[in-house]
Amino acid sequence: MLSIIPTIEDKAIPKPKFSGLSRGTRILRGLSLYIPATVMVLLVLVAIFANLAWLGLPDVGISPYEPNKGHMRDRLLPPAFMEDGKSDYLLGTDRLGRDVLSRVIYGARISLSVSLLVILITAFIGTLLGITAGYIGGRVDGLIMRVVDVALSFPGLILALLLATIIGPGYVTVVVALSVLGWAGYARMVRGESLRIRQSDFVAQARVNGASTLRIMFKHVFPNVLNSLIVIMTLMVGAMILAESMLSYLGIGISAPTPSWGSMVADGRNELDRAWWIAAFPGIAIGLVVMSGNFLGDWIRDKMDPRLRQL
Amino acid sequence: MSNIILQVENLQTSFFTRAGEFKAVGGVSFIVHEGETFGLVGESACGKTVTGLSLLRLLPEPAGKIIGGKIILNGRNIMELSKKEMRDVRGTEISMILQDPMTSLNPVYTIGNQIGESVRLHQGLRDDMVDDEVISALRLLRIPAPEQRLSDYPFQLSGGMRQRVVGSIAMSCRPRLLIADEPTTALDATIQAQYIALFKDIQKQTNVGIIFITHDFGVVANICHRVAVMYAGKIVETGPTSTIFKAPKHPYTTALINSVPRLDRKDDRLYSIEGQPPSLLNLPPGCRFAPRCPDVQEICQKEQPPEVEINEGHTVSCWKVK
Repeated sequence: MLSIIPTIEDKAIPKPKFSGLSRGTRILRGLSLYIPATVMVLLVLVAIFANLAWLGLPDVGISPYEPNKGHMRDRLLPPAFMEDGKSDYLLGTDRLGRDVLSRVIYGARISLSVSLLVILITAFIGTLLGITAGYIGGRVDGLIMRVVDVALSFPGLILALLLATIIGPGYVTVVVALSVLGWAGYARMVRGESLRIRQSDFVAQARVNGASTLRIMFKHVFPNVLNSLIVIMTLMVGAMILAESMLSYLGIGISAPTPSWGSMVADGRNELDRAWWIAAFPGIAIGLVVMSGNFLGDWIRDKMDPRLRQL
Repeated sequence: MSNIILQVENLQTSFFTRAGEFKAVGGVSFIVHEGETFGLVGESACGKTVTGLSLLRLLPEPAGKIIGGKIILNGRNIMELSKKEMRDVRGTEISMILQDPMTSLNPVYTIGNQIGESVRLHQGLRDDMVDDEVISALRLLRIPAPEQRLSDYPFQLSGGMRQRVVGSIAMSCRPRLLIADEPTTALDATIQAQYIALFKDIQKQTNVGIIFITHDFGVVANICHRVAVMYAGKIVETGPTSTIFKAPKHPYTTALINSVPRLDRKDDRLYSIEGQPPSLLNLPPGCRFAPRCPDVQEICQKEQPPEVEINEGHTVSCWKVK
């Protein structure tokens, strides 16, 4: 009977190397990482180095002008590449003669920091509550999910308006307004995933091996939720930038003259027939970031899935 | 006989649902010795798995509850242990291989990490020592080139290999008792034979006591030293495997053995037992097998048969035997 068991061979079996994908596919895969990654890295660099004064360094940076300084003689100038454009203002100027390029560069700071901050806060709270609800279940689940229902059914705009009247418009107001309700979506998604994972055999096996509830929640459930979480988080980059601009447009968020992409788009709306560039360039910036976020999210998801890791 | 490592006395487990109380296990007693394989046989839903889970005190909460009995493991009644103490018992003294080992591995961790988890949990070893333990656990299950398997993910392994990894996890802390809940059901016949041979081999090396839960009499004949036949939450007959096969005394055991297809007999139709097992919500007052029993007597309908030891180690619960 024992003879049918394969014998142990202690000789090291070399790991097979394989490169199963054709060259074209690999290049395409590479591009779908490198282009969005470059955009993201550039954006972060631009936001940081717009001006070095905030780091305690001399008042220089890549931004050609101060974002809020108007040049009264150069109002509504088209971008440099157009007929009437001046090479001093690469992307043109707005109604007050402010340089659009400088404002887009500074706007990156607001848009990126607001969306990252909100995403981190909401994902953290949502994941914590979602795993707790999904894994522990019962009354805890009922309680948390009712709160989620309330949060999801609450009109966010009204809450934001309320907050703005209480603590006044500004950066903090935007972050709080977007975070207070934003965690609920994460919580609902994470709870659903946790419910599914709780039923799986490896969780049962972990319990058989004597793992505690907390250990299972964070060592076994959380990593299996992570993939979906990261995809949602990256999708949220775009959504949050849009939400921020909406709030700024309504005067709840970042107030003029501080540039944020959203408020710039809103500003330029009035001049769209005469000076499309005021709204278009911050709009393009938004589009680029959202798309890069999505591509990067896909790439990260593929990297995290062990089944796709080796392809 | 060698040392007793597990003694179960009158274990009763119920599920409390809206429809009422499901008496999944209705007073089960048995013992398991060191180095012995004890088979728990019966049809689906007769309480085999619930018995196994009860031994670990891991019933699905809040519905499942152990409502009575004693579980004495290595001389300690584990019913009296706190939750924390119970966690320490799981994995180190008693371990279990679940019904579908194919999905018992967490897809996001390497197998080295997963086997190491219970080692780390219970023994508090340094990382390099954990790896040694993991490799020795893989070696115990005869996994080729264990050093290289450490960094593999579950999806990279074949079904049979995954099964052995699950076995390695269960054996990583060298428990005294291993519960194997239908570990061979999901395997094809060849792998099944390998796996059973492997179990015997592991037992020889570690002297672990095994509770082998199955519905397959072929597997029982192959691996078990002693067998208990369960029906509707009760053990109806216990004895050495050869006795149970050659001279079954309980009508249910006889019927069960008869319904296994055989190569040495030419039957037109496979034997089957008439009727259905009783609802666990609503058990008959007498013998639970009475409604389907070919040898039913009047007393069977009214009173539960006592357990009678007819030979050494061979006990039967049937009025016919009395």
